[in-house]
Amino acid sequence: MTAITVTAPARAGGKPLADVRTMFRRNLLRAVRYPGLTLFVVVGPLVMLLLFVYIFGGAFGAGVAPGVAPGAEGRAAYLTYITPSLLVLTVVGAGQSIAISAAMDAAGGIMARFKTMAISPGSALSGQVLGTVVQSIAALVLVLGAAVAIGYRPQADAVDWLALLGVLLLLAVAISWLCVALGLNARSVETASNAPLILLLLPFLGSGFVPVETMPGPVRWFAEHQPFTPIIDTVRGLLAGGVGLDGATVAKAVVWCVLIGVAGYLWARSLYRRERRV
Amino acid sequence: MSIPATRPAIEVAGLRKSYRSKAGSQVVLDGVDLVVPAGTVTALLGPNGAGKTTAVGVLSTLLRADEGTARVAGHDVAREADAVRASIGVTGQITAVDDLLSGAENLRLMADLHHLGRAAGRQRVAELLERFGLTDAADKPVATYSGGMKRKLDLAMTLVGTPSVVFLDEPTTGLDPRSRRTLWDEVRALVADGTTILLTTQYLEEADQLADSVAVLHGGRIVAEGTPAELKAVHAAGSLDDVFLALTEPPAGPETDPRTETDEETVR
Repeated sequence: MTAITVTAPARAGGKPLADVRTMFRRNLLRAVRYPGLTLFVVVGPLVMLLLFVYIFGGAFGAGVAPGVAPGAEGRAAYLTYITPSLLVLTVVGAGQSIAISAAMDAAGGIMARFKTMAISPGSALSGQVLGTVVQSIAALVLVLGAAVAIGYRPQADAVDWLALLGVLLLLAVAISWLCVALGLNARSVETASNAPLILLLLPFLGSGFVPVETMPGPVRWFAEHQPFTPIIDTVRGLLAGGVGLDGATVAKAVVWCVLIGVAGYLWARSLYRRERRV
Repeated sequence: MSIPATRPAIEVAGLRKSYRSKAGSQVVLDGVDLVVPAGTVTALLGPNGAGKTTAVGVLSTLLRADEGTARVAGHDVAREADAVRASIGVTGQITAVDDLLSGAENLRLMADLHHLGRAAGRQRVAELLERFGLTDAADKPVATYSGGMKRKLDLAMTLVGTPSVVFLDEPTTGLDPRSRRTLWDEVRALVADGTTILLTTQYLEEADQLADSVAVLHGGRIVAEGTPAELKAVHAAGSLDDVFLALTEPPAGPETDPRTETDEETVR
């Protein structure tokens, strides 16, 4: 084996799909090896589910019952009201884990290693996004299962379920790209999960846990115009079998997800390409 | 992609690079010229902050130079970055391994990214594990490895794609003497196979032991170049240590160069 006879590895960009698949596999392997981060994605919403339903539900339910679940009362009504919000929160929580792993890659040498290799340039990040989307879906199934176990009964038909899957996938992709960027933008691994925390607050400042009509003026204005309100309303409407869901809300939710996703992708791409001082 | 024996593996001319920050512009490379013939080891020697890591960054396509040209394995690092990447292997100062995966999984990741194929990939991974004495630890998570083992895995990962030019940025910093010797042996084996190596180091003994040629980088410039023996002879010095100290002495008085004060290598 000499330098003269050595053949170079395949050229970059030749196999982008293979590279994304490789990075995706790495991401899943990491999730299996370090289950703490994944578990955190599921445990957060589960704790909130129990807390909100069993502690606050009796009182809050009275406030949401009339519009949301006619006939249902108190705790049951509140469970129906917040399960969709917790599904959205689950997706956002998964964003925290991707922000942390992106920051870990950037802080360790491995991202620099990837950048000096002839691999498809987007594969390191898109493999991570893909892995997070899969983890999000798994977490969603668990959280929804827990809600059903304590009495939640979705009214969705097959078309609603498909639409719901589409909206949640879109949201997961959008949040993952945004959070990859937030992770790459963080100064350290320790601070990487701070920025996504703000995203976790947004459902509370929207239609996530109480109807926006009950909020005071300026807060209500914000709640009505921020992205999570139409997203949560869409998820809630689809789970309720389309009751009270109008096309404009769905359109707003989709447009917000696309905007967040595209902005997050472009930001993440430029952060990845940015020269990091060595 | 073979490199004709007559063509140097690395050709650098007039390389300049400064970092801009809020505190102003800081020149790190101030016109570096360097030629590394194929199949040889060149040691880039210099104190902290001399610009060694920045030079490796530019040559390995991680950083863009402000001025000058650099060709690696016959390709321009700025315009043909992908062709350069396909020919090089880089072991940076920070160990670039995935701590959550096992040693074998790390190597397999590299094999997959080099599109080696299943059978050839497995064979290459087993070969490298064996060569670096990591076979027993292959399936243990890297987080449990010692510093020396991590560094060996790091170098093994660099070699998965059989690069013709290898950059080693302070590869033995922080290693115990035995691990250092093992890495030295590996470097010698690579050169025997025809690989070109650019090595940065602060250890003069390392340069003396391994390098065919030494280039002393100081204040962003190559201030001396030659074989270890030549440098010792020219400076009438008994050891490379004396040469190094003579060449990299900070200039006195108002001429003091701020570049030598900054600890570039430790800035992260």
